[in-house]
Amino acid sequence: MNSRILQPNMRPLTSPNFTGFSNVIRFVLSLFATGARLRIFRFTSFLSNSIELKVVSAQLTSVRAFDFSIFSSLSFFVRFPAINHYLYRLGLNMDGEELTEQETALYDRQIRVWGADAQRRLSKSHILVCGMKGTVAEFCKNIVLAGVGSVTLVDDRVVTEEALSANFLIPPDESVYGGRTVAEICGDSLREFNPMVSVSVQKGDISSFGGDFFDKFNVVVISCCSAGTKKLINDKCRKLSKRVAFYTVDCRDSCGEIFVDLQSYKYSKKKLGETVECEIQYPRLEDAISVPWKVLPKKVSKLYFAMRVIESFEEAEGRKAGEITIGDLPALLKLRKEICETQSLNESHVPSILLERLVMGAREFPPACAVIGGILGQEVIKAISGKGDPLKNFFFFDAMDGKGIIEDISNEPPNK
Amino acid sequence: MASLQHSPAIKDAKVLMVGAGGIGCELLKTLALSGFQDIHIIDMDTIEVSNLNRQFLFRQSHVGQSKAKVARDAVLKFRPHISITPYHANVKDPSFNVDFFKQFNVVLNGLDNLDARRHVNRLCLAADVPLVESGTTGFLGQVTVHVKGKTECYECQPKPAPKSYPVCTITSTPSKFVHCIVWAKDLLFAKLFGDKNQDNDLNVRSGDVASSSEHADDAFEQRKDEDVEHYRRRIYDHVFAHNIEVALSNEETWKNRNKPRPIYSKDVLSDKLSQQNGTVDGSSATDNLPSLSAMTSLGLKNPQDVWNLMENSRVFLEALKLFLVNRKKEVGNLTFDKDDQLAVEFVTAAANIRAASFGIPLHSLFEAKGIAGNIVHAVATTNAIVAGLIVIEAIKVLEKNTDAYRMTYCLEHPSRKMLLMPVEPFEPNKSCYVCFKTPLTLEINTRRSKLRDFVEKIVKAKLGMSYPLIMVGHALLYEFGDDLDEDMVKNYSANLEKVKSLLCVSKRFLKGQLVSFLFPLFFWKKALMMMIWSFSHFYYFQVLSELPSPVMGGTILQVEDLQQEFTCNISVKHREEFDEEKEPDEMVLSGLTEAPSMAKDDNHSIGNGGSTSNALSADITEAKTDVEVEEISDGTEYIHSGKKRKLPEVSQATKDVSDDETRNHKNVEKLDDEDDDIVMLDHPDVDNQKKQRLQ
Repeated sequence: MNSRILQPNMRPLTSPNFTGFSNVIRFVLSLFATGARLRIFRFTSFLSNSIELKVVSAQLTSVRAFDFSIFSSLSFFVRFPAINHYLYRLGLNMDGEELTEQETALYDRQIRVWGADAQRRLSKSHILVCGMKGTVAEFCKNIVLAGVGSVTLVDDRVVTEEALSANFLIPPDESVYGGRTVAEICGDSLREFNPMVSVSVQKGDISSFGGDFFDKFNVVVISCCSAGTKKLINDKCRKLSKRVAFYTVDCRDSCGEIFVDLQSYKYSKKKLGETVECEIQYPRLEDAISVPWKVLPKKVSKLYFAMRVIESFEEAEGRKAGEITIGDLPALLKLRKEICETQSLNESHVPSILLERLVMGAREFPPACAVIGGILGQEVIKAISGKGDPLKNFFFFDAMDGKGIIEDISNEPPNK
Repeated sequence: MASLQHSPAIKDAKVLMVGAGGIGCELLKTLALSGFQDIHIIDMDTIEVSNLNRQFLFRQSHVGQSKAKVARDAVLKFRPHISITPYHANVKDPSFNVDFFKQFNVVLNGLDNLDARRHVNRLCLAADVPLVESGTTGFLGQVTVHVKGKTECYECQPKPAPKSYPVCTITSTPSKFVHCIVWAKDLLFAKLFGDKNQDNDLNVRSGDVASSSEHADDAFEQRKDEDVEHYRRRIYDHVFAHNIEVALSNEETWKNRNKPRPIYSKDVLSDKLSQQNGTVDGSSATDNLPSLSAMTSLGLKNPQDVWNLMENSRVFLEALKLFLVNRKKEVGNLTFDKDDQLAVEFVTAAANIRAASFGIPLHSLFEAKGIAGNIVHAVATTNAIVAGLIVIEAIKVLEKNTDAYRMTYCLEHPSRKMLLMPVEPFEPNKSCYVCFKTPLTLEINTRRSKLRDFVEKIVKAKLGMSYPLIMVGHALLYEFGDDLDEDMVKNYSANLEKVKSLLCVSKRFLKGQLVSFLFPLFFWKKALMMMIWSFSHFYYFQVLSELPSPVMGGTILQVEDLQQEFTCNISVKHREEFDEEKEPDEMVLSGLTEAPSMAKDDNHSIGNGGSTSNALSADITEAKTDVEVEEISDGTEYIHSGKKRKLPEVSQATKDVSDDETRNHKNVEKLDDEDDDIVMLDHPDVDNQKKQRLQ
């Protein structure tokens, strides 16, 4: 018997047709009589408490003819371990977590990649996404197609030409905007990709949301926010009793950065045919970026340093994320010098030419968005499904050299 | 680089995309966002439900429509001012000739099969248009650049041979579920519903093959006065009981094996039950073919469930009946198709019953479908990443930034901190028969093999030609029949008298065709074409050394594909004897850049990594020792193993280290103490020598 059924977070079962004990006893006896092996499946649709029980395979047609209400009365028993156990011994499979026929048909090819189990976990996950630029649009498309339970979008901007540039979720037709926010318009497009995923929009300033808001989610992805906001949300997620996977993603010009905080993450992986239990400890964003530069390995991606310099600049000047132009380059180079001196790092690790590129290209480069949005999608799917090695804890991509590199920047002990 | 969106190299480029599937949808979107203005797409497929999880341009309401056309409309919604030209056609269609390809600045492939990839590669070489090639399976992916004369062509690297299984294993001694699937799909399904004239090894090999085979063949024919009910029961008992009994009679086979158990329908199903079945059928008899399903009529819902023996037997009989009653017209020319629900149900049930008989664990329809249809695992994220990488390479190609070209691999597990690993492309392989026109050598028994064998097994299967033309010196030996033009018709008409006399000689041979020669007195032109057809077909079945221009040891055959504008020379070596087990074709073609050994390739299929159905990467090492049945070769979004071998994590996982792998290892180590940005590869010449040694 699957213990999940007995978990406290299970929604109350509706069993309107439960008409008394005798009915059920009759049913159980009839099971004996027919010697049938039944499998009963529960379908819960997101955001509703309705539960439907369905006999999927019954060995004898006579059993299939049973009144449906009798089956729903069975669900009542699921809450009593003793009866559960009894039913289990009768050969009843009460693992009510099966995928529907429709889901199996739609997700056929990916179930073949990560298995039905992972697909079930995906369909129960809730994801918060903030900052709808090109990379995030790509990411949202990927997870909506993968079949997560719900996606909540946060972005109160109005549509500008810049917002359009790499975002295929926004049609270039002003008539449909009607004063709506970027998140609302993107939500409309996303809903079409997969009717089985619930897409909603949350208005307001992400940094003002409290812990109970973040508690509703399994995954939080933040983009286009200042370093301060990112750290703030990261800490709010950390304070929650349950683990909320935290990601930040940003793309400038043809370069991109992903940060991952899975707190303490346990997973099993197969190594040479054996299943090995692994545990990874992740640092907070604040702790990760305050690791002194000189203790980092020599070959750490130059993008890491460049992104930190730009971040510091935007913070010092009180700019919004991405609010930097080529005119700021001299001031930026000056800041780089200062930072490198305090961190005792040679300035060659933060090349001017790279900073120039990052500052010039305010707009995202669509192919880079596709790559970074794809990697982020994959990582989020890994974290939800528990399948595959998650990356720790930074990822960098630069379309110029084509490398997609993982950097572990933390004071924590390396992977066990 | 973002400013590139407005660069003339992108804006003025005319791009051809081949394939609007998993990669294609992502690619079209990324191209449109990146500022490409003139995009042409070819795709012959229509949309299916299982596409919707990753081909995000398509909706439920589009199921059944052309992928190319729907993809165009979807992209025009967010980029209305660009030009997208869709072609709902096969890229191998003659209208997509070299001239068609020449109009493009770059060709981008998002294909799912080897055959089409080779075809596009040859056309790109002939038209001298750069090609960006791609492929994905699960979380693995790769993008490569092929520019004539600068980088290797798609066929410079070895390609894996299709998986094959020994005939004995399939017909008599299955030990894995995949063997049962192959038996059910390639033998039983083909025997019952396919072309009756095809060779079929369905009969059990026993001591007296000759006597039993005649009996066995009769068993599959529905007798005149026999009703479907009786017939399907008889088939069931024949294949699952009688054939097993016959096999059991051969004691030798079972000395070191578990004996199979014959299964009779009467033991599994009571008569009453099957009667019940019958009544269910009656009501389900509709003309709506796609909805025909044995599962539906039996009330089975979940394709993930593993049916027990009785359920399988009922599905088997039900599916058989539905085929014979409701799809009668198709019986006789059906081939297995993974999208044909009834066919999948039939094959699943048959394979499971056989598995039960041999004590092999049963599988669900979902799993069986994956194995039988060779369904490749596909996820949206990998396709999106690969599409992004294709556009990055395409832009480099358009800017003629030759030094920046990279082959990029998407890895599932990071290798040296990298999830995306760029590698400098190889130079063209000097022993490649495609781009370097290196002659091939064919060992063949010219006194026994027929022209047909050569055309089917070598020219079409191994060389991947669709419209071949075979010459010996200046004499035409064979030409693909479709496109005979007027001139040739005149040419042939001169031979008409000769044909007539030939006909007399070979009356017996041409039997049925003779009738068709009588009525054409009225339609003489058509008749002429027909005669020409049988004329060429007459030679088609002739032994090589007896052709008008005989093919013998030392003959140089020139094989040409008119559409691909690709020619290759084959020098023929006569050989009397062939090893029946290792060389069942009785031909050995060498010089091909093909994977050196099959068994090795199969080991490499672990590259499929986290795949849930490990039956796909089934270990089939027995293949080395026995005759082979050609197996599962259609539709794969495919990463060829030559490339896979370069993935370090693969080479670490395999003890069987090939030359390629050691080379790769070297690179990997080398880079660790270099400050360079890219992986350096050994000199391509060294590389080539190694490849030659492998052959």
